Amino acid sequence: MAAIDSPHVIAPTKPAKPKREVIYRHRLWVRIAHWLNAWFLLVLLMSGLQIFNAHSELYWGAQGFEIFPKVMSMHAAHTVSGRMVGLTTVFGHRFVTTGLFGLSTIHGDPVGRGFPAWITLPSWQDLATGRRWHFFFAWLFVLNGLGYVLWSLFSRHFSRDLIPTGGDLRGIGRSILDHILLRHPKGEAAKRYNVLQRLAYLIVMFVLLPLMVLTGMTMSPGLDAAFPQLLWVFDGRQSARTIHFCVAGLIVLFFVIHIVEVILAGPLNELRSMITGHYAVPPDHKAADPHG
Amino acid sequence: MANLITRRNALIGGVGAGGLLLSGCDQLSHSPSVKRVLDTAATVNYRAQRLLLTANGPLAPEFKPADIAPTFRANGSTYPGTDEYKRLMDSNFSTYRLVVEGLVHHPLSFSLDDLRKLPARTQITRHDCVEGWSCIGQWTGVQLGLLLKAAGLAPGAAYVVFRCADDMGGGYLYYESIDLADAFHPQTILAYALNGQPLPVAHGAPIRLRVERQLGYKQAKYVMRIQVTNSFKDIGGGKGGFWEDQGYAWYAGI
Repeated sequence: MAAIDSPHVIAPTKPAKPKREVIYRHRLWVRIAHWLNAWFLLVLLMSGLQIFNAHSELYWGAQGFEIFPKVMSMHAAHTVSGRMVGLTTVFGHRFVTTGLFGLSTIHGDPVGRGFPAWITLPSWQDLATGRRWHFFFAWLFVLNGLGYVLWSLFSRHFSRDLIPTGGDLRGIGRSILDHILLRHPKGEAAKRYNVLQRLAYLIVMFVLLPLMVLTGMTMSPGLDAAFPQLLWVFDGRQSARTIHFCVAGLIVLFFVIHIVEVILAGPLNELRSMITGHYAVPPDHKAADPHG
Repeated sequence: MANLITRRNALIGGVGAGGLLLSGCDQLSHSPSVKRVLDTAATVNYRAQRLLLTANGPLAPEFKPADIAPTFRANGSTYPGTDEYKRLMDSNFSTYRLVVEGLVHHPLSFSLDDLRKLPARTQITRHDCVEGWSCIGQWTGVQLGLLLKAAGLAPGAAYVVFRCADDMGGGYLYYESIDLADAFHPQTILAYALNGQPLPVAHGAPIRLRVERQLGYKQAKYVMRIQVTNSFKDIGGGKGGFWEDQGYAWYAGI
């Protein structure tokens, strides 16, 4: 009888399109901490580049100014023909970076400055205001980070979602290949972070971001008196400044990869999951049809 | 200009709600109320460091003679060209008198020789400019705390203000101020020698303040008068120092 009432049953060779499974992927505190962190890091990056511009050279060791060997420098110079160019020097290798580093335009006029106006906070040269933004947001960043870590420990977020399992680590070769081939996990595998994702998040959270805080602290003459061990760990204040700059670069690199992965994995679904928490699991056709 | 705005907004627009707030940051940077909010961090920095750093210690790191920079980088004023200062230079600073006044029981006056006869402290320390560079030098001078104890602080004394001979603009001479925790710190000295030589004019002759747990702009050069006060609101621009009046934090331990 039922067979007559239901057209589906008499057409068993045409299964209904499987309903997309939606899971609750990111809990509220993860989402809040994520977006606050993104905002704080953006302000810290832009105000940090403003601060860098006040002395656009990097050194190694305790001290450094113009007469010391430079790890990196950005400055404007005149060519023999009298033209202004922007030069970036890395370990003695000189690159012409006119328009971006060393020399860029403000209101159409060339201005000698490390990073261009559109990426510094404020856009004009103003070290005092850059420091204002930087230190205020540094405190917010640290408070948000501590709150996140405490919540994660309490809710077992780290052990459940982030620390790779033995199986994860054994499959790392396959995961690397999947990433290179831009193959994204589907079905059950898409419900959890993959091993490279776990390692990347853990490295950012427990290596790069703490390094930013510690090297930032090492640049403070007051904190160097309170914690001289910092100078030993980072080989001096100027080394700490150089490491601070380079690690900021690594965080920008992480951000770029993170955005590329979001776009490849389905930007709307990924974005929605970090806003509402709900994530549509990409269907795994192979798993759904054992004959396929 | 249009091009800059487009690129800036393109960058900012890509990062969502937080970024939208940032697009107004240039306007926000001008707002006095935003500045007040951001400046709460300066107060927190000061309070936090005062929990760690008192008059009794710890000391700023000191270095070995081998670490001294080949030349000490001069910054800010390198020559106060006032008539008064020229007369001091002409006398080889023999007519110089360092005055200690304000909220003290016994106002004092010292010649350079008087200061040199007092117990001296020599320290090799790192000078950190707010711009980002650092330079190591050896400073010799008399501890500020010694002079303040001799003068005797009167009730209400909270700050030590340094009135200087150089004019960097703004309609008043350079000045700086520190609290009593830094004033009585053993490394806080009035230096009359750099790297074993009489303090050069470019570095603040005849006397320069060294307050080693803070940044370079606190290290006032050409110190003429030391004024103990309960407030610096009525001095200069009222923020406690020349660079503070330009927007830099009064507490420069960071």
